[in-house]
Amino acid sequence: MTRVGVVDYGAGNLVSIAQALEAVGAEVLVAARGHALRGIDGLIVPGVGAARPAMNRLRRRGLLDPILAWLADDRPYLGICLGLQLLFEGSDEDGAVTFGSLPGRSVELVGAPRLPHIGWNQVERRRPHPLFNGIADGADFYFVHSYVGTPPESERALVVAETEYGVRFPSVVARGRTTGVQFHPERSGRDGLRLLANFVASLAPAARDLRPMATAAAAGGIA
Amino acid sequence: MLCRRVIPCLDVANGRVVKGTRFVDLVDEGDPPELAERYAREGADELVFLDITAAPEGRGTLLEIVERTARRAFIPLTVGGGVRQVNEMRDVLRAGADKVSLNTAAVADPDLVTRCARRFGRQAVVVAIDARRIVVAGAGEAAGSGEPRWEVLVKGGRQPTGLDAVAWAARAADLGAGELLVTSIDRDGTQSGYDTDLLRAISRSVGIPVIASGGAASPADFVAAVRDGEADAVLAASIFHRRIHSIAAVKAAMAAAGIHVRLDRETAA
Repeated sequence: MTRVGVVDYGAGNLVSIAQALEAVGAEVLVAARGHALRGIDGLIVPGVGAARPAMNRLRRRGLLDPILAWLADDRPYLGICLGLQLLFEGSDEDGAVTFGSLPGRSVELVGAPRLPHIGWNQVERRRPHPLFNGIADGADFYFVHSYVGTPPESERALVVAETEYGVRFPSVVARGRTTGVQFHPERSGRDGLRLLANFVASLAPAARDLRPMATAAAAGGIA
Repeated sequence: MLCRRVIPCLDVANGRVVKGTRFVDLVDEGDPPELAERYAREGADELVFLDITAAPEGRGTLLEIVERTARRAFIPLTVGGGVRQVNEMRDVLRAGADKVSLNTAAVADPDLVTRCARRFGRQAVVVAIDARRIVVAGAGEAAGSGEPRWEVLVKGGRQPTGLDAVAWAARAADLGAGELLVTSIDRDGTQSGYDTDLLRAISRSVGIPVIASGGAASPADFVAAVRDGEADAVLAASIFHRRIHSIAAVKAAMAAAGIHVRLDRETAA
């Protein structure tokens, strides 16, 4: 069974993510400490709220360095909401310096009619991506946020999909095996479960470390 | 474009969904997770659980229900009833809720809203406001300034507070609420339509989403809550429990009125 690590740093609804992943057939390993990230095929960083407390908690729990190493190795990563925003260089919300895996910053959704942006909104694709296999273009997903991770104009290729809420903003970004969604697939009904199933399906068992197999040994571990 | 949300509300007492006007004549309506799953399947955009017993000894039962629900309904879940402390909110979120709604506790301890928002983010904090129209003695509206006013009630609508509902709504937003759940006590359980004056007055005084509650009888009421009340989401209980109208029928009426709603592609197509 495919093993997915879900990072637990006290900032979000882990239960629903774990249950959604289990519903699509993944084995879930909740990782509250860095060493718990061994032996997983894919990593999900969820979270809502502000960037600085999140960064502090990740650091305190020894999770930050393993996550950065995971991203540097281009291993499968799915950031959800804050987990997407953290991929960028920093947040305007509180000035926090974040992962810096993707160019750009998290900025407030200026021009939105009301904030937070809460509810179902359409995710319109700018380019094909396997995360959306079997999901209609323009399908509704559930959003809860006030900030958005935004790459600079020169890096528009990172944007997989956009959503409109007073302004158009990137709602899905990806580079290599690093992906992030601004909405909550674990709370987006059937299409949300399908997206998580697609993520799980994309995790090749060969990428697994700490397994007594030559392929796993070659893939290398995070720690 | 953001969809307007349709939200079934499940009143929970002693681990069961009950129906009736909010606090009297309770009739058993079923197992909360089962009903939640049915609503999710039928196109509910979100679910609200209100623990109307809210007794401390019932907390374990409620958390267990939340957890069982989160396993079966993959849409957002708000839980209200009896949360008075940040730690209690943490327990409810850990059980699988996405948001907690604060009502009496927020009036008694407004700083609780700020503490909860700081700890979990404002998107997780819903302030529920039960409001009652103030009747001016004499000749109706002519006796007052012409503008209707509403008073906040707490303890399940039983205790007046003297607070002006519109002013309290604005304050709750400033304190850190991410959404407001506005119930008209006059209309609740009466099936006479939402109090759109109340909704509009509050909606225009805050920059956060407003959920309309209290009085739904027909799909046209949902349309009015959005068009006249300027609500971002519309909540109802008994018309869904009693299958008077389906969520799909309500959404079809909203869509026909030009309101953007989420239509389930698989069941609608």
